[in-house]
Amino acid sequence: MLIKPPADIRSSEITDKKVYLNRRQFMRAAAGTAVAAGGVLGAGRWLNAQQPAPHGRKLEAKKSPFSTTETPNSWEHITTYNNYYEFGTDKSDPAIYARNFKPPEPWTVTIEGECAKKGPLHLEDILKGVTLEERIYRHRCVEAWSMVIPWVGFPLGDFLKKLEPTSRAKFVEFTTLYDPRRMPGEAQPILDWPYVEGLRMDEALHPLTILAVGLYGEVLPNQNGAPLRLVVPWKYGFKGIKAITKIRFTERQPLNTWQKAAPNEYGFYANVNPNVDHPRWSQARERRLPSLFQNRKTEMFNGYADQVASLYAGMDLRKNF
Amino acid sequence: MTTHQAVRWVVKPPLFALSLLPFARLARAMLGLAGLAGLERFAGELGADPLQTITNDTGVWALRFLCLTLAITPVRRLTGWHPIIRLRRMLGLFAFFYGSLHLLIFIVFDRLAGMGFPSLLAASTYGALVRSVGGEVIKRPYITVGFASWAMMLALAATSTAGMIRRLGGRRWQALHRAVYAAAAAGVLHYWWSVKADVRRPAAYGAVVAVLLALRFAWWLARARAWRRSSARAGAPRSVGF
Repeated sequence: MLIKPPADIRSSEITDKKVYLNRRQFMRAAAGTAVAAGGVLGAGRWLNAQQPAPHGRKLEAKKSPFSTTETPNSWEHITTYNNYYEFGTDKSDPAIYARNFKPPEPWTVTIEGECAKKGPLHLEDILKGVTLEERIYRHRCVEAWSMVIPWVGFPLGDFLKKLEPTSRAKFVEFTTLYDPRRMPGEAQPILDWPYVEGLRMDEALHPLTILAVGLYGEVLPNQNGAPLRLVVPWKYGFKGIKAITKIRFTERQPLNTWQKAAPNEYGFYANVNPNVDHPRWSQARERRLPSLFQNRKTEMFNGYADQVASLYAGMDLRKNF
Repeated sequence: MTTHQAVRWVVKPPLFALSLLPFARLARAMLGLAGLAGLERFAGELGADPLQTITNDTGVWALRFLCLTLAITPVRRLTGWHPIIRLRRMLGLFAFFYGSLHLLIFIVFDRLAGMGFPSLLAASTYGALVRSVGGEVIKRPYITVGFASWAMMLALAATSTAGMIRRLGGRRWQALHRAVYAAAAAGVLHYWWSVKADVRRPAAYGAVVAVLLALRFAWWLARARAWRRSSARAGAPRSVGF
């Protein structure tokens, strides 16, 4: 048998990576259904004791006037109650299954689209010369619960400006790592992987918007989106895309994953708005965890109206939800 | 001791205690949350979002007991072990118990809480509460089917005694209690429509309920065919029970 030298192999003979990985997805989906059946009996929770994230390397972070004075939730709660379907759909799953997450080293963010500085960037280069800040933000999930989270990060806008976006860049699109071997939840077709999110350019450049690399003055735990995630505190939490590996400047509005999954329930803007209900539940109130009941009235823009309302002046926020 | 008696006095009590266990654990954790001395350490079992935990757990156990209840007759027919029928009412009532806890949690920690916990001594509170709960039942389809499931279980629980079987008569009671199939299906639908994107668990329960109903349908079909054949010979109509 002749072994062809690399140059002779036509690109058409090379299986597209996504197809190659997908052929195993059926098997995993089948196995996943069996696991779900086991989950019916609560087997997963019995077998894996719930543990908060181990503490990581300390980060130097200066205080910020954008931080709220409200008391942050505990490390245990913030690192054991996560919506991160890449590691399972139970809130307790990411704490268990992201424990052994081995991010590819070095972590690379590929910059694409309408900008001058395209190409791969390593996380250490992104962080070079950046002054990290502590941003204690309110976090409001679309499921009507909320927390106060002490992030460590830096303004997204400062980073984006370095990439020199052109005048055609109207939106920024983010993509999560796609690797079902490292992120087992991606083998289940619950959402259309990889996770995609986006912001309008002015939202991305707003001083409140940050890329987070830490929590409670330490390196970000895996279950919270390590090593790099987005935090947009006036929007529902699902806008906070985790484990970012691609940033693309676009002319057209990106189609974010949750909108793709259920366009009548989740929109692009996802601004926290007590006047616009989710089709299946009210958004007028929320429970500030660990409260047992909806103990707070939800505030417009999650209480950041003073800082961001002007971005949406004249917009119909019921249509653009 | 006959096997029936054995089931009643030897099997039922421990099964009763076991069935109370999920409630006992939730109650212990809730009391710990309320600060009851000595139980604080159990509060953590409810996790970061206690309401979600107790709502989900009570709902899931209601569904599990519905499945167990529906499984009694198929197991009875497949194994020929008839005394197991003595467990069916207890399991059905536990489904109603957990379903009622699930509804109570919604009424207290969602509706009453949203109203700011008005005084339970004021008559106006109850009017407002009925409007509030009723509003959600009408507005949200997944709550409509969930409430329907509970209402059916209420009717079944209220008519579960031997006295009620006598009052209604076997045929009418039998017909009424077929509503358990609808209660189970509505329960699965309630669960299915309440999840954001991952329908695998509701689908798993749906599959279980579907299999249990399919078995009974198959037996009913066989009985109906046998009746048609025999009545064609005898010429007299006969009843076909389930």
